[in-house]
Amino acid sequence: MYDVIVVGGGVIGGTILRALSKYNYSICLLEKENDVCMGQSKANSGIVHAGFDAHVGTLKAKFNVLGCQMMPDYAKELGVKYLNCGSLVVAFNESDVAMLNNLLERGEKNGVKELEIIDSAKLHELEPNVSPNAIAALYAPTAGIICPYCLTIAAIGNAMDNGADLITNFELTKVEKMDRGFKLYSKDNKTVEGKVVINCAGIGSTKVANAFGDYSFEIKGKRGEYILLDRESGDFVSHTLFFTPTEKGKGILVSGTADHNIILGPTSEKVEDITPITTQKGLAEVMAKAKIMCPNTPIYNSITSFTGVRAYTEKGDFIIEESKAVDNLINCVGIESPGLTSAPAIAEYVCEMINNKLHGEKKADFNGTRTPEYFFKDLSVAEKNEIIKKDPSFGRIICRCEQITEGEIIKAIRENPPARDIDAIKRRTRSGMGRCQGGFCQPQVAEILARELGVELTEITKNGVGSELVIAKTK
Amino acid sequence: MKENYDIVIIGGGPAGLAAAVSAYDNGAKNILILEREPRLGGILNQCIHNGFGLTRFKESLSGPEYAYRFIKEVEARDIDVLLNTTVLSLEDNKTITAINSEYGVFSITPKAVILSMGCRERSRGALNIPGSRPAGIYSAGTAQKYVNIKGYLPGKRVVILGSGDIGLIMARRMTLEGAKVLAVCEIMPYSSGLRRNIEQCLNDFNIPLYLNHTITKIEGTSRVTGVVVSKVDENKQPIEGTEMHFDCDTVLFSVGLIPENELTKGAGIEQSRNTRGAVVYQNRETMIDGIFACGNVLQVHDLVDFVSEESEIAGACAANYVLNGRQEHNPISCINGDNISYVLPQKIDKNIPGNVKLFFRVRNTFKHCKIVVESNGVVLQEKKKLICVPGEMETVILSSDVIAKAEGDIVVRLEC
Repeated sequence: MYDVIVVGGGVIGGTILRALSKYNYSICLLEKENDVCMGQSKANSGIVHAGFDAHVGTLKAKFNVLGCQMMPDYAKELGVKYLNCGSLVVAFNESDVAMLNNLLERGEKNGVKELEIIDSAKLHELEPNVSPNAIAALYAPTAGIICPYCLTIAAIGNAMDNGADLITNFELTKVEKMDRGFKLYSKDNKTVEGKVVINCAGIGSTKVANAFGDYSFEIKGKRGEYILLDRESGDFVSHTLFFTPTEKGKGILVSGTADHNIILGPTSEKVEDITPITTQKGLAEVMAKAKIMCPNTPIYNSITSFTGVRAYTEKGDFIIEESKAVDNLINCVGIESPGLTSAPAIAEYVCEMINNKLHGEKKADFNGTRTPEYFFKDLSVAEKNEIIKKDPSFGRIICRCEQITEGEIIKAIRENPPARDIDAIKRRTRSGMGRCQGGFCQPQVAEILARELGVELTEITKNGVGSELVIAKTK
Repeated sequence: MKENYDIVIIGGGPAGLAAAVSAYDNGAKNILILEREPRLGGILNQCIHNGFGLTRFKESLSGPEYAYRFIKEVEARDIDVLLNTTVLSLEDNKTITAINSEYGVFSITPKAVILSMGCRERSRGALNIPGSRPAGIYSAGTAQKYVNIKGYLPGKRVVILGSGDIGLIMARRMTLEGAKVLAVCEIMPYSSGLRRNIEQCLNDFNIPLYLNHTITKIEGTSRVTGVVVSKVDENKQPIEGTEMHFDCDTVLFSVGLIPENELTKGAGIEQSRNTRGAVVYQNRETMIDGIFACGNVLQVHDLVDFVSEESEIAGACAANYVLNGRQEHNPISCINGDNISYVLPQKIDKNIPGNVKLFFRVRNTFKHCKIVVESNGVVLQEKKKLICVPGEMETVILSSDVIAKAEGDIVVRLEC
């Protein structure tokens, strides 16, 4: 029986797992997909928000500001790229400017440092591509960008390196209350037992809570569509640019990413069907709004579009508490934006809740660092050559657009959390994330994966059973 | 690998091979080809259909057969080849940095560089086709690699978007492998493929071609389960109410080829917005002295025969550059006029003797038309055509006498 079971391998589950792995608990992460980070944690803006959006006194405000402060060190320890690029909330008219003043005041109350309202001249000096119609902006130098799936994967990998277990393809469907804990059943009748369960199942967390007999909340889905531009346009903006928020939300942003692409989006549409699809209407809206912010947005350099379905509650704040209906079930749900930013702080907080229950001790041999091996491209020539000398597979480029080597792909398959499909390799190495979108490298990556796993190419999937790349050998 | 080379050729596909042979035969003796794949031949290796070489060899060869003729020529000469070697960067001083397992990351600075990196396929993402992102969505060339090189079939029921040549070839190839190709959709009012491919790959197999149609939705969570196809108006916008649904497990994209010019950009070489390749003189020298470009990295050709022809020019001129040093340029521009989408070379150097063959494409389908080459309003040359289509490259040969007559820039236009 595990001390703690975390349900859901997103950024919240992942960072909590890692926080718990510092203690002498036996812990396990359950993930319903073939890989971790398959929900909203892989399809969001990747913004580390400064913390002026959330209303004073909310959990969102508290964890956002804390998380934003923690993120630079947290990312560094895990070998994840974080860029402190700063953000700008751009005003286009006088009522926007009034809102900026509200945000400034709110941000200061929340504890955000260095906020400043800047005029049009300063704004256009910082961002020459912003529309000439923009008249002012709220500048938040503490904001940043990070790759959300790199952070999630690194946190889970580091927890596993420190003893945590991961079970993928475990879709929780039934729970049995036992004397001193729970027995969790998967759809295909696998079982896992644990004393305490933490529900971080994102869009699926209502189902998880219901399986325990907790009906206290309902999580709904909001679709956010994005367009990603080629790295060639990576210098188009250097800060994260937001529209001035309205009741509808923060609107569409124009921002760089940690990997030097440009991201445009998200739309925000409440949906019943949580399948992450893009729509003609949504993509058109992203393009139109981006062009209002920056008229010269190089849409022609689009390399992909995608959707994230964000879990939210009507209440509008995060729910992070022990279930009132079920002892030893902790819900961390409704974690929409700024969830990514808040994750390291939420993890600490939840870990404290567990410590108060189970009184674990810190492990002496915990190693919180993870080497940033997937940045081979960024190493010096001497460093690269040293690695290639030891392992020649680092001298073979597989993904030409992102310059990813065979060595990196093999590492992704062998390391924690092990990549088992094409998309998993893509998220860990960036192979297939460039301008050709895997057109050249996918057959090669599939072959490496088949070779490493000792299976036929017909068994290799894009993202789990049912998504096989090829159906049969040719005649 | 030697310390120094006179000419380094980036890419060992049809362009690089022909350039190497030509450079050698024109006197350059210290030549290296860098190829990222484990074998020479480039994309021809996966093009197992025939039809290659009709112009050059007057016989119909498969892609690998065509490539092999040039590989044999390279092997017969003292030309160095490094396989499994990817070029990471090129600088304007011609320093090439490359990587492989044997030498690690290394740099060479030859006297001349020939760019022959070829092109890549536009992907679904470049078009922002809405819907889900399941397995079963491939560019036509990727599917071709799975079928012809790896020996696996990507799917059974196929819809193809775009009627480029690779898409047409794959419609036939998938059919021969037992798949059902339900439709080929083309957003334009015409196909960008060769007319012979429409006949031999679609019509011969009763595969319907829907002109003025595009995919407006891809369905399926794990695997593609279907697509919605809509008719488009003259602005290429989908028309509501024209939706057709196809149950399929595979979608192939054949929506254009993009010259792979990341190295070119990195070196700061001037590029043309029309071709998305380098701007060159008739000798295929770019605007940086001693760096030449040829083949699909320069302009996307319809036939490999023309790639070879162009690359021989680049190879010979690179050899001349190495042997005789830099020559003074005296350029005039070649500009695309009415109904012409691009002209190559973009510049004619009047100091270079000999005829110049202009390559260009028309913007639409035209019947009973006239190609006019003029300078300062004076017609230099005319050529009557029964039909011109965007999918088939046009050429005009200007003699040195005609070039000498050009007072200013040369404009190529089509008159109907």
